[in-house]
Parts: sequence; structure tokens; C-alpha cells
Amino acid sequence: MSTKLNVLEHVMVPDHKIMSDEEVTELLTRYNISTDQLPKVYHDDPAVKSIGASADDVIRIIRTSHTAGRAEAYRLVIKRPKK
Amino acid sequence: MPLAEKYEKKVEAADLPQKTKDQLRKFLDEKELTDAQFKQILERVIAEYASTRIEACEAVGIIAAQSIGEPGTQMTMRTFHYAGVAEINVTLGLPRLIEIMDARKEPSTPTMTVYLESDYGVDRDRAREVSWQIEAAPLHEFGDITTDMENMQVQVHLNVKVCEKRKIATMEIMENAPKKIKDKRHYRDFESDIDEPRATLIFTPKDKESYQNLFQLAEHVRNVIVQGIDDIIRVVVRKEGGEYILYTEGSNLRDVFDVAGVDTTRTRTNNISEIASVLGIEAARNAIIHEAVSTLNEQGILVDVRHLMLVSDMMCMEGEVKQIGRHGIAGEKESVLSRAAFEVTVNHLLDAAVANEVDELSGVTENVIVGQPIQLGTGDVKLIAVRQQNN
Repeated sequence: MSTKLNVLEHVMVPDHKIMSDEEVTELLTRYNISTDQLPKVYHDDPAVKSIGASADDVIRIIRTSHTAGRAEAYRLVIKRPKK
Repeated sequence: MPLAEKYEKKVEAADLPQKTKDQLRKFLDEKELTDAQFKQILERVIAEYASTRIEACEAVGIIAAQSIGEPGTQMTMRTFHYAGVAEINVTLGLPRLIEIMDARKEPSTPTMTVYLESDYGVDRDRAREVSWQIEAAPLHEFGDITTDMENMQVQVHLNVKVCEKRKIATMEIMENAPKKIKDKRHYRDFESDIDEPRATLIFTPKDKESYQNLFQLAEHVRNVIVQGIDDIIRVVVRKEGGEYILYTEGSNLRDVFDVAGVDTTRTRTNNISEIASVLGIEAARNAIIHEAVSTLNEQGILVDVRHLMLVSDMMCMEGEVKQIGRHGIAGEKESVLSRAAFEVTVNHLLDAAVANEVDELSGVTENVIVGQPIQLGTGDVKLIAVRQQNN
């Protein structure tokens, strides 16, 4: 029955999209940063799994913001460190 | 042609947040304007927006700390009763805020707000049916339990009417109960027989000599949970805004999502680490903001969401929810001096010495300690003289 749950449809989960290589380069040059300076998300995060992203992908997150109405955020997918 | 459409392109292209654009469009819809007037309005809006933005090199963290900390002193130290929802106790006020910031694995009073799918949500009886699937019900609610000391056995006579009302087959209970006692309660020293026509379940302890074992078995049989989700102790059905909503005491998001009739797009819990593991880090970020805002607002304290958004962003930065404090954000700072200034000074200095750590003196705290200008605001700007070579 657990097939019923679609994580991305939950109101608390914003839109997640995998960014293409060009988009990532554009993002990195715009802010003059490298990928490891981005916020992280683990590869086994439910939202990441449901869009099928894997480690080293950059994900664009489109949040509905309290202040701006719509805000974009970016996260780098990393492997969950072993305890 | 309405003005909003005419200037749509210019509004869309402007460097403004979505919300401001929408407000501008709404404003333009009602007005008669010339091109020159529109241009002036747009310029003023952009200038106004730019002036409200936080400036580069501003110490937003300490402003957030002050803005949450000061009103925090006004909060009640201990409150337990939840204002709106009768009967369910929820930790509120300062203890709850501390709980959120500490990123506890389990809140002291976990609760869920379960929304139902549209065809269940309008009908009280169907909402009740869903609540039975969720609320943990022990075996003694489904029939009479007698301890037969003569034959050394525990008999359960199931009440067929109750089972029918609760939409559970007697066979299901009879098959599940012994299994659940073994798996969930870790008690294995018994055998069980099913008497299907009489809807009776008979338990016999392995050790037929000891009365103590018999009573122990009877206790397990009484309290074994045969319907519902083990962690959810109580469910209250309430009508709010034309639909029935279930409030629960105890929380188990994953199992509740599996129950038929539960709206998996709106149902939520106050257990943030559970949200992080079931719905992901972004949902946890939203949950922290939502929980913090509602805890503060419930006490009549208004803190700008931007401060809480900053805190929440910091907590969810590394892919998992980190607490604010020495085991989380503050403990993972790059600088030795900065960590030592926070808590357990000697340990940090000692460990840093053993590990041969170097402090780059790039943060605020370190530079205050050594007496240098901090790299914030005007301190972050360096002047470089460019010599003009005219001749």
C-alpha cells in the first residue's frame, strides 16, 4: 500500500528538479562558487529518490516562500556519510 | 486593454520577487496610467525593494538571534494544555521552542494532524472508521478476558458486535494477537488455540505450575494491540472548516500514510526528524519554520519569519537536521577559537592542540578574541589605492 505515498505531492515538499550541466555551470559562474559550497542533500532523501537523482547532481528547489512568494534554492546531492 | 497586460513584459522582466510583482499587477489592474507614470512607478517600486533588502556584509545571524531571543524571554516556561484542540496535551511555549532548536529525535508530546481524503472527510462515520485504523486498541476492548486458574489458561471471548462495529474480522484478531505478543511485547512462553465458531482464543503458559506466569500472560493478552498503529495512543475526531480532521496523541507518519482514507498530501506531524526521514530535508525545513512560527504566535509573539527561515536554513544546510548548539551548528564551525568561545572551552582547545589545528581568523568571534577588526559591515571592505600614471 505504500505505493500510495508520493512524497512530491505533499504540501510541505517543494518542487525538486535535477539541473542540467549547463544550468549548473551558469549557476556556479553567477555566484562565483564551486559545487561543494552549495547546501547539501543526501542521496537517500525521499524527495531526491523520487526524482531519481544520484550523487553529484545539483537539484533546483522551487519553494513557495513566506516573503518572496517564490524562491529558488539549490542543493548538491551527496552520499550519506557512514556513522 | 487592461494595464497589467500592457506592461506585463516590463513587470515580469523587473528584478523583483514574485510577491511584489503580483501586488504590482493587482495595483495596475485598477488604474488608468500613462507610460511615463508607469515608468516612474516601476522605478520607485524597484528602488523601494532594493532599500528593504539586507545589505551585503550585514550580520544577519546575530540579528536573528536577538529577534528570537528577546521575545523568547516573554514566553511562558511551562504550558501543557493545547488551546484549540480539547483533550490532547501538547508542549508549548519555551520548552517547545527549545525542543525545535535542539532538533530532538522525539518531541516530548508527539502529535499528528491527519487530514482525510474528500469522501472520508465529510462523513463523521467514515472519519471514525479511519480513526479506528489509526488508534491503537488493546485486545481487552474487543471482548472479555478471563483467567481460568483451574485449567491454567487465559480465555478471550471476542465480542462479535464490537468487532463488527470496528470493522475488523474476529479471525484477524485471533490470528494477530499471539503473533503480536511474541513480536512486539517479546513474550514467548505460551501457546495459543483458536476456537473459531465460539470466537474464542485460548492462551496456555508453557510453565503450567506457576501462577505468576499465568498472570503475567494475562497482562500481556489484555494489553496487546490488535488494531491500529502502536505509537498512536489516542485519536480525537474534530470538525474544522467543513471537514473532519483527526488529531492524534503519538506520531507515526509512515504508518499513517498507509491507512486507507488518509490524505497523504496534507497530513503532518510535529515530529521534525520523522518528517525529515519520510518526506525529506526540504519538508523538514518547512516544518521547522511552521512549528517555530506557530509556537511563537500561539504565545502572542510576532517574530519576522525571515529570522526563523535563516535558523531553519542553517539547521537543514548539510542534508540532515542539525541542532543549534555544540553538537550541531556551533560545534562544526571551522575556527577553533570560535568553538572554544561557545561551550566546553578547555576540551576544544585541548583537542585542537592535539590535532594541530590552525585558526585562520576569518570569522567574527576569533577576531574579537584577538582584538582585530571583524570582517562584517565596513570591516569587510578593503581599500586598495590605484595609482594613476598620468605622465
